Amino acid sequence: MRRPGQERSLSDRLAAWFTEQGATLVEADILLPAETLLDLYGEDIRARAYVTLDPLRGEMMLRPDFTVPVVQQHMADGADPATYAYSGPVFRKQTHAGDRPSEYHQAGIEIFRRDQPEQSDARVFALIAQVLADHGLMVRPVTGDIGILMAAVRGLATTERRKQALLRHIWRPRRFRALLDRFSGRAPLPEARAQLLHRLAQGTPAALIAQAGTFTGLRSESEIAARVQALTEDAQTPPLNAPEAALLYDLLSLQAPSRAALLHLRGIAPMLPAIIPAVDRFATRLDALELQGIDVEALPFEASHGRSTLEYYDGFVFSFHASDPGLPPVASGGRYDALTAVLGQGRSIPAVGGVIRAGVMARLMESQT
Amino acid sequence: MIKIGVPSKGRLMEKTFDWFGARGVTLRLSGAEREYAGKVDGIDGVELVLLSAGEIPRELAAGRIHLGVTGSDLVREKLADWPSQVAELAPLGFGHADLIIAVPVAWIDVDTLDDLDAAAAAFRRTHGFRLRIATKYHRLVRDFLTTHGVADYQLVDSQGATEGTVKNLTAEAIADITSSGETLRANHLKVLSDAAIHSSQAVLFLSHKAEWTAQSSATLDALATKLHITVPKT
Repeated sequence: MRRPGQERSLSDRLAAWFTEQGATLVEADILLPAETLLDLYGEDIRARAYVTLDPLRGEMMLRPDFTVPVVQQHMADGADPATYAYSGPVFRKQTHAGDRPSEYHQAGIEIFRRDQPEQSDARVFALIAQVLADHGLMVRPVTGDIGILMAAVRGLATTERRKQALLRHIWRPRRFRALLDRFSGRAPLPEARAQLLHRLAQGTPAALIAQAGTFTGLRSESEIAARVQALTEDAQTPPLNAPEAALLYDLLSLQAPSRAALLHLRGIAPMLPAIIPAVDRFATRLDALELQGIDVEALPFEASHGRSTLEYYDGFVFSFHASDPGLPPVASGGRYDALTAVLGQGRSIPAVGGVIRAGVMARLMESQT
Repeated sequence: MIKIGVPSKGRLMEKTFDWFGARGVTLRLSGAEREYAGKVDGIDGVELVLLSAGEIPRELAAGRIHLGVTGSDLVREKLADWPSQVAELAPLGFGHADLIIAVPVAWIDVDTLDDLDAAAAAFRRTHGFRLRIATKYHRLVRDFLTTHGVADYQLVDSQGATEGTVKNLTAEAIADITSSGETLRANHLKVLSDAAIHSSQAVLFLSHKAEWTAQSSATLDALATKLHITVPKT
């Protein structure tokens, strides 16, 4: 049974508690320009966010989360460093019939700070863990670190183009996997690609384009030729060397308690030295979490955690789950340094934050008493 | 009384009449030539409602008709989480068409979704906006591209003459229904080899929301027996 009044007051109390811990309470618009969100997330966001039309301002979206407006506010006139708290409704279309609400309250905290990022990571995680525990909730945390995966990709001994292709799809596990399978030689070259390469051996791209038929569309002949050139170069690129590819597959599937995960990562780091700085940050974060009273021996770590569309995390990620797998996470969050650069128009600041779903929390409190 | 919605004109209507007729249930138009009124013979308690094929999914979802014949593509496009709203009773074996993605034939570098995705990334860098795909099947196309992890595209609405949008520079690619591919070829477009989004045909659907009394359920069972189909237990 969902009680909107109860959900709102709990959400407001959580935000008030965050302000007692030093955060500044901020408000955000509910109606946001759709263009910003579409540029950020692409067409996928239309399936999740409500779009409406303003006669003067064009397409607008009902706030799907607070992060984007809070980052924009901070980039416009925020103090440095700053910690913010907020509470209010967010709106998400649900694609399946069921009892998941499409309007619900989130209470959140965001830290914008340049020095000691791991301390901020640990603080956000620990504050949320503490407030959930203070309310008597039995929830299971899961953590991850997309920064390690990104560092591993950047460190691959292959072309910049292949690395960029993998990084672009770090949040889309299926396409990432398809690219990795192809770059490592596990998946064969598509038939049409092989034929194209064969025909290119006999004729120029311009000749092949002319042969293909009448030219239509905005994508120009030079754009097509540029990609053909890229494909030709890529065909001459050797596959990822087998040990390196194996390490990356191993990394994608790594799931272990945090200290054990660190030990494992330390073990593979000499073979994948590019991840050493990211693994060092992971170690620093575990120490910071331990100082905050978190049991890092048991804290679950999954290297692929947080890799889902409509996310923008590029470092530490976490979520807290109820035992009922049908419920969404009670709380989730992570680090999103790159997002501040995208929204900051040339400026950026390291940032980490997390939200609590007050409605899910209220439901759990009810069922546990 | 159960109501069955059938497309009100053209080949879809005729083929639907034929399909039911071959199984001993005669659907026919009654009244004046242009009047949308129908009769059902061969079974009692079934009323024929003639509707536009495009409106049948909505009428099924609302429960205003108990059964309906329409394209499987239309149900998937127009109804969110369609299996929770309607059930497929029988594919009717006609009205075949495929929802595909097509790009200009001149794109010699693009044959798969992988290529489309890479071309979209480069296109966005060059032109400053996301590669446009014209379609009227927004839900189906977006879900498909999300599932396959394609990024940096946008859907632009096109309710007709979609194949012309590329030539008119209002889209770079299209996603549309095709049966023979002739219109695509005439407009210098080719189909991606791994982007068969949905293979559509006419299907007899059941509405979960319609009122299923003991009497209407009994009528449905009698109809199902005549048509040699099984009704899923709900």
